[in-house]
Amino acid sequence: MPAIIVDNVHKSFGQVEVLKGVSLSVEAGQVVAIIGRSGSGKSTLLRCVNGLEQCQSGKIEVAGHVLNYDPKRLRELRKDVGIVFQSYNLFPHLTVEQNIMLAPRLAKGLSNEATKKLAVEVLTQVGLVDKIDAYPDNLSGGQQQRVAIARSLAMQPKVMLFDEVTSALDPELTGEVLVVMENLAKAGMTMLLVTHEMNFARTVADTTVFMHQGTIWESGPSAELFAKPQTPELKNFLGASVHKNNGA
Amino acid sequence: MTTFGWPEFMFIMRSAGWTLLLTLVAFSIGGIIAAILAIMRVSQNGIIRKIAGTYILIIQSIPVLMVLFMSYYGLSLFGIQLPSFLAASASLAIYASAYLAEIWRGSIESVPYQQWEASSSLALSRPQQYRHIILPQAVRISLPPTVGFLVQLVKNTSIVSVVGFVELSRAGTLVNNATFKPFQVFTIVALIYFMICFPLSRYSRHLEKVMNAGHNR
Repeated sequence: MPAIIVDNVHKSFGQVEVLKGVSLSVEAGQVVAIIGRSGSGKSTLLRCVNGLEQCQSGKIEVAGHVLNYDPKRLRELRKDVGIVFQSYNLFPHLTVEQNIMLAPRLAKGLSNEATKKLAVEVLTQVGLVDKIDAYPDNLSGGQQQRVAIARSLAMQPKVMLFDEVTSALDPELTGEVLVVMENLAKAGMTMLLVTHEMNFARTVADTTVFMHQGTIWESGPSAELFAKPQTPELKNFLGASVHKNNGA
Repeated sequence: MTTFGWPEFMFIMRSAGWTLLLTLVAFSIGGIIAAILAIMRVSQNGIIRKIAGTYILIIQSIPVLMVLFMSYYGLSLFGIQLPSFLAASASLAIYASAYLAEIWRGSIESVPYQQWEASSSLALSRPQQYRHIILPQAVRISLPPTVGFLVQLVKNTSIVSVVGFVELSRAGTLVNNATFKPFQVFTIVALIYFMICFPLSRYSRHLEKVMNAGHNR
């Protein structure tokens, strides 16, 4: 059974229909990348998956939970579904260690010792154990984002969502974050990510989905989709981003 | 007519103590009410928001003096005679509650909404989000304006002299009536207010600077 099922999801903000019947599924252990222009609805789709945005119709099922907006059931779902944001969103008044320990202790009721051990474990995974006592403000963007990933991992999620996690970073800092994500993918994490990193999507994602005007315009195995785009819109989009990458 | 001497000066100093006590009581009780109001103002329930909003609107729209008259003279019409200290501190507490509630509501709302999103995505419940994520940050944000309001409150306690409660201003008036040395007496009274308020103002500004530094890092 797939780890993520999105079935005919519609979502509007006021009069504007952002998602016009989107369906996709992600198998356990798979990495799926969503690409597309700004305003194509890709971030909204991702945020619908963990209930940050409420969709008006359609069905979503993640990690065995049917999405339901009842607060208690939503919390159950979110224990199994991690999300990492573009702007890191670490808690600025807490140290790196406290940032990581908080949710496992409060939401899952783990002991202090267990969460302390967990913090060291996930920080090792992202290569930042030496920053355990630092405050977020004293870290670089790349380091903050890696802590944010570690914070999500500490909940031991079955599925991870990534919402343009490198878009706010300076170019020289994106690499360290992408490496962490690539390692996660290799370790078998189920990942759904919205990204502008075409190289990453092409090489790491099993499947890439191209969204256009609130629908899934084209999707397929990443290697194929990037090598042989079928629709003019995707060709156009890829052409533009190749051009941009060369220009940069 | 008596001369202005040591006993008169000590009388004024003791009254300054009442001013401080009045401020403290009004701030503490007003603060407790304000904390509840502030949480109500950001509630997800529209009715709860409305109740708190209406209370704040009413209190902010009438002078403290009227609240004071209502609690001191108004209640006595119904046979309830509040002691002047009680009427005074209750009125000031009501006044403080409305203003502090708005300061604190603003502080809660100025915590970026992404902090709500990040913490709810980590499966925290709403009370847990308030307790561990939102309020600690809101308190930091609220410190400079809260201390600033405290300065206002110290000065506004002078209003309760009209119901006969002897605090710093009233003591000055009484001493002046007996000695008729208005310049000396009120200079001393003003100096005492200044000595209470000035450090607070400075502290408020200092807090603001420290916070801004924290933000820019």
